[in-house]
Parts: sequence; C-alpha cells; structure tokens
Amino acid sequence: MKMNNNTMPISKDNDGESIWKFLIREIKPKGKFLTPFNIISIPIILVGAVLIVIRFIYGIGAVTNLTQDVPWGLWIGFDVVTGVAFAGGAYVLTFMVYILNMHKYHSIVRITVLNGFLAYVFYAGALLLDLGRPWNVINPIIGNNFGTSSVLFLVAWHFLLYMIAQLIEFSPSIAEWLGAKRARKILAGMTIAAVIFGITLSTLHQSGLGALYLMAIDKIHPLWYSEFIPILFFVSSIFAGLSMVIFEGSISHKAFSHHISEKNHKAQNGIVLGLAKICAGAMFAYFFMQLLVFIHGKNWEYLNTSMGYWFLLEMLGFVLLPMMLFVYGYKKNSIFTVKLAAILTMLGIILNRLNVTVIGFRWDAIDRYVPSWMEIVVTLAVILTEIMIFRWVINRMPVLRDSPKWVSEEK
Amino acid sequence: MSLNRRDFLKTLGIVGVSLTVGDSFASTNKSNDDVEFYGILYDSTRCVGCQTCEIECAKANGLTEPEDAPQAGVIRNTDEKHRTVVNSYNTSKGEVFIKKQCMHCNEPACAAACLTQAMYKTKEGAVIWRGDKCMGCRYCMVSCPFDIPKFEYHSANPKIEKCTMCFDKIKTGGIPVCAENCPAEAIKFGSRRELLAEARKRIVENPDVYIDEIYGEHTAGGTGFLYLSSVSMNELGFNTNLQKESYPKLSKGFLYSVPSVFVLLPPLLLGIYEATKRNILNKNIENNENE
Repeated sequence: MKMNNNTMPISKDNDGESIWKFLIREIKPKGKFLTPFNIISIPIILVGAVLIVIRFIYGIGAVTNLTQDVPWGLWIGFDVVTGVAFAGGAYVLTFMVYILNMHKYHSIVRITVLNGFLAYVFYAGALLLDLGRPWNVINPIIGNNFGTSSVLFLVAWHFLLYMIAQLIEFSPSIAEWLGAKRARKILAGMTIAAVIFGITLSTLHQSGLGALYLMAIDKIHPLWYSEFIPILFFVSSIFAGLSMVIFEGSISHKAFSHHISEKNHKAQNGIVLGLAKICAGAMFAYFFMQLLVFIHGKNWEYLNTSMGYWFLLEMLGFVLLPMMLFVYGYKKNSIFTVKLAAILTMLGIILNRLNVTVIGFRWDAIDRYVPSWMEIVVTLAVILTEIMIFRWVINRMPVLRDSPKWVSEEK
Repeated sequence: MSLNRRDFLKTLGIVGVSLTVGDSFASTNKSNDDVEFYGILYDSTRCVGCQTCEIECAKANGLTEPEDAPQAGVIRNTDEKHRTVVNSYNTSKGEVFIKKQCMHCNEPACAAACLTQAMYKTKEGAVIWRGDKCMGCRYCMVSCPFDIPKFEYHSANPKIEKCTMCFDKIKTGGIPVCAENCPAEAIKFGSRRELLAEARKRIVENPDVYIDEIYGEHTAGGTGFLYLSSVSMNELGFNTNLQKESYPKLSKGFLYSVPSVFVLLPPLLLGIYEATKRNILNKNIENNENE
C-alpha cells in the first residue's frame, strides 16, 4: 500500500523488465501485515481450511448439520442464493452505464464488476464444498448428461458463462495493469457484447435461483412459496445488488481512499443518492408484487402465527421501512439515511433468501436444521478470502484509481 | 465493427438457446395414460409386517438388515442404509402395516431436477440413480415430494440411496426381490396398466375391505408404485394432499420462458444501447457547436 501511482510499473510500460519478474513482484503482499483485518481474518481462514479438509476426508456430515429432510443448508441458502443476489449490482450497473449510457455512474463500474466477479467465483466455488461428488461437477458441461429439464442445469451453465462475461467486462483493467496496450484495445471492444450477454444471463439465473425451489411446493412455508418466486427473486436482486454497491462503496472510499481521485471522491455522494432513488423504485415494485402474491394466495390465515409475524417483520421492517428511508434520504440529501437504508435492505435480502431456502424450508419438521458453527466458520472463511483477493486486486489494478495515461492518449 | 458485434451476439444467442432448451422436454411431456411400463402393486390389507421385503432388499443391495421391527406409534424411516421400511399404524380399522420406498413416479421430480440425468426414469419404469453422472448436489432430495432419495452424509464418496425397483433384475426379465419373496403376496410386480386393472378388480370384489382409492394412480401425476389399503393413506403416514399434476410441471413455465428471454432481451438491450449512444453523440455535437 505504500506504493503510490507514480511508481506503479504500469506507467513504465515496456521498460525492459520481463513480465515474470513483474508478476512475481506484484504477487507479494504490499503494506503492513498485522492490520486489524488480517489479525481477525487469517485465523478464521485457517480454521475454515482445516474444516474443509475434514469435510473432504469424512464427508459433508462431519462438518454440517444437514439432514435427509433438509439437504440444502447455509452453504447453499446463504453463500450461493444470497451471495448471488448481492452480486446482482454488477449487471444492474453495467446496464445503467453501458446500455443506458448513464455516465454519472462510470467511475464505480469497475469496482462493482470486480466485486460481482469475485462473488461468483467464490460463492459458486463454495458450491464445490457442498457437492458430495465434486469430481463430477464437469458432467453437465461435457454432456454426461445434459439434464436440460433441470433448473439447476440452467443455473450452472449461466454461472459459468456469466463468470466469463464478467471477466471480459473486467479484463481491460487487467490489461492496463500489465501494460498490454493491444490486448486492452481488443478486450475493451468486447465490453458491450459481454455486457448484453451478461445482463441476459443475470436476468435468467437470478430468477432461476428462485425457480430452483418451485418443485418444493409442499416443503416451503406458504407465505414464502408462490409460483412467482422467480420474478420476486429477480426484482429483489436489483436493489440487493445496488444496496451492496452503496455499502461496499462507503467502505472502499474509506479503506482505499488514497486510490481515488479528487473528482471521483466528490462525485460519490451524487452516485449514492442516484442509486438510492433506483433502489426505492425497485423496492416499491417488489413490495407491491409481494402484496399481490399475498392477497392472490389467500394467505391471511397464516398471518396470526409465529411464521406470520416473521413474514410481517421481513416485509414491513426490511422492505417497506428501508424503501421509505431511501426516499427520505434522497429527498433530504442525507447520505447517512441512504447508507442505513442500504444496510437494512441487505439484512432484508438475507432474511428473505434464508426464509425461502432454510428457515421456511421444512418449517414444520420436528428436527429443525440449524447450521453448525463449522458451517458458519467456513462461510466466513470464504467471504474473508474473497475480501483479501478483492483488496489485492484493488491495490494493483486500476479499479478505483484512474487508468494509466496511455489509455486516454490512445483515444 | 458493429456488424461483427452483431454477428457475435447472434452466435452467442444461438449457442445460448440450444444450451438452455435442448430436446428432453419430451421426457416430461407424456400423458399419464398411454405409458406402458412396470410398476408394483402393494396391498396393505395382505401385509403382515414380517419384514421379509426389508431383509431381502438389504441382502440384494448390500445394505444393512433391519435391527428393529415395525411397532405402532414408532415411525421408522428409509435412510441411506435402508431402501425400504414397513411401519405399523393403529388406525380406525385396527393395526395396519404399510411399506415405504421410492414411488417411481411417472414423471419424477428427482429426474427433472437432476442436471446430469443421474436420476433417471428408465423406459422399464424404474427410477434409478447413476453414480458416474451424479455430482452430489442433492437437488433431487429438495425436489422429491416423498423425500425418498437419501444421501450418505458421512462418506467421502457419497452415494444417493433409493429403491431402484431392482432395475438390474427387471431389465433381464426378473422381478424385484421384495415382490419375489413376499410370503403374504402383498407385493405384486407387473405392468402398471395390468396392476391398475388388478387393483380395481380387488376393490370391486371386496368393497368392504378396501377404500375406493388407489394411492399412486393420480398422485403426483401418477406413480409406478400403487397402494391398496383399508383406510385412508392419511392415517398411514402418507400425504394425501399432494398435487395431482406432476411435479416437473411446476418449473416448466419458467423453463419455457428461458428461450424467449434469450431471443428477445439481447436485441432489446442492443436497441437501447444504440438509441442512448446517439443521444450522447448528439449532446456532444451540440456542446461543441455552442462552444
């Protein structure tokens, strides 16, 4: 972290240094090692790594509390289903910036796409831990066999393709880091295609994650099951992703402050308020849909039960309230209110996804599934490792900081 | 450049559609009646709870033989070591034994859920599991309305365990070991059509003994395993509220919408992109003129 922009090797392109020397130097950690973040996260990651080893030697049951009745727990319900909803910011923002040409948000596109890409790599990667026979993970790709009637087949393919699309969207940053001028030009030319492809894929697999549960009609609590789960999942991924962008942005602007140009620092508040407006709109649509589904499903009888109160808490406390806070924050130019709303919204998304996948799944079972401490530690380890990689990339590539000079010179 | 881009998108679109649609909708498209495959008729009024089926099943499949006997008030369940169990229930007509195992649905939710077709409805009618394809995702377990597939949570090389209707035997003209060895002739193997006719015959001939319902005839879109009983299956630990339509139908609407989204959305996005790009260009020109 001590290096500043001027000494970055990128600006000294083709200065005779071999690419390998450059890469080896870059891979080493920069800055202080014993930061508070490292002191907390490294032990957790190490324990998580040990647990993963145990899981592969003794089976999934050795570390998880999964049962024959509840075969998908925290690792799917939180890591994958919730994590992917939060990663939705990437497709929404690329839509706004590249398709609608809303130039105002251009400065946060790279970090959002990076965040989305890493989320997919790590959370879809965490899926491998949950697979009983992970060596067969390649089967739906190579056609042993193509289970085309499966929603999971669609989701698996889309994860893979979307990761590639996101890598293409992000690749100009990598090229700028490596000082590869020609490659950058080619890769930047592919951005629009990757964006259009990526948005289409996202639309389908964000809703597809909800569609996974359509056949579990007898297992999910009626307040959370409806034939409209896919649409609800898709719409909620819009404000889930944007809330994550607001939340992540407020942290990045503190943690990586020295990377960000004066101009972008100043633009940040305007960006946050603009996103708040979009969040409020999407949340209004979502809340209205939930209301329609509730009335259409004739679910009144469930309201006066403990699950009914839980449902009301989710809908009123974590959808309606943050929606109003977004509106208030936007009207009053209050960044604090918007950030609070973003955090409440994220909690609401966690609640909603867990209610469908874990809490409301087999809600009537005698033996309820409660995740073990080991499942939680592995989940934390995955998230912390992702943040470390995220930090590593930001400290090296032009994600938050401006592109090297030669990029604008070429234009 | 923009032409190339379009071609590129077109290719991507076509690849995407063929990846996501495929042809195997056909397998879930059959109607219930014209399908001729094997099934098993289980008559709970004949069953004496001797557990011969459990023991023979364990022997034939190299699994654990039962250590406990059916007992009213105690619900035994199938698990990764037991593919079938017989339970005893105190009902309005006294003690009734009932066997539980895979229902071998006509349109199985597990097979529709499986992204590698490891869970597979064979043309003979048995629903089987193929380990060389399975990645252990357990989506079959999430989807099965009868909670039948069981997973070996304590193995580094876990299998999904469930009744296979002794597929290896029926393939070569044999019959499942439970049907073969049942001393009370409570388990009958045959074509599903014949079994339904036989079940109806028994109900007509003994209206006092049976309730007028064959569990599995319509449940979950029809199942290969059919039950006759003297009391409602509700009293015997079976869910009688399961839908009559097949379970794969629940996600069909979503899957059918995928190709349309894949065809319609990219051109729409491209159109918006071209439109808004012009706006920005025009604005730039205006700005330049003003300067």
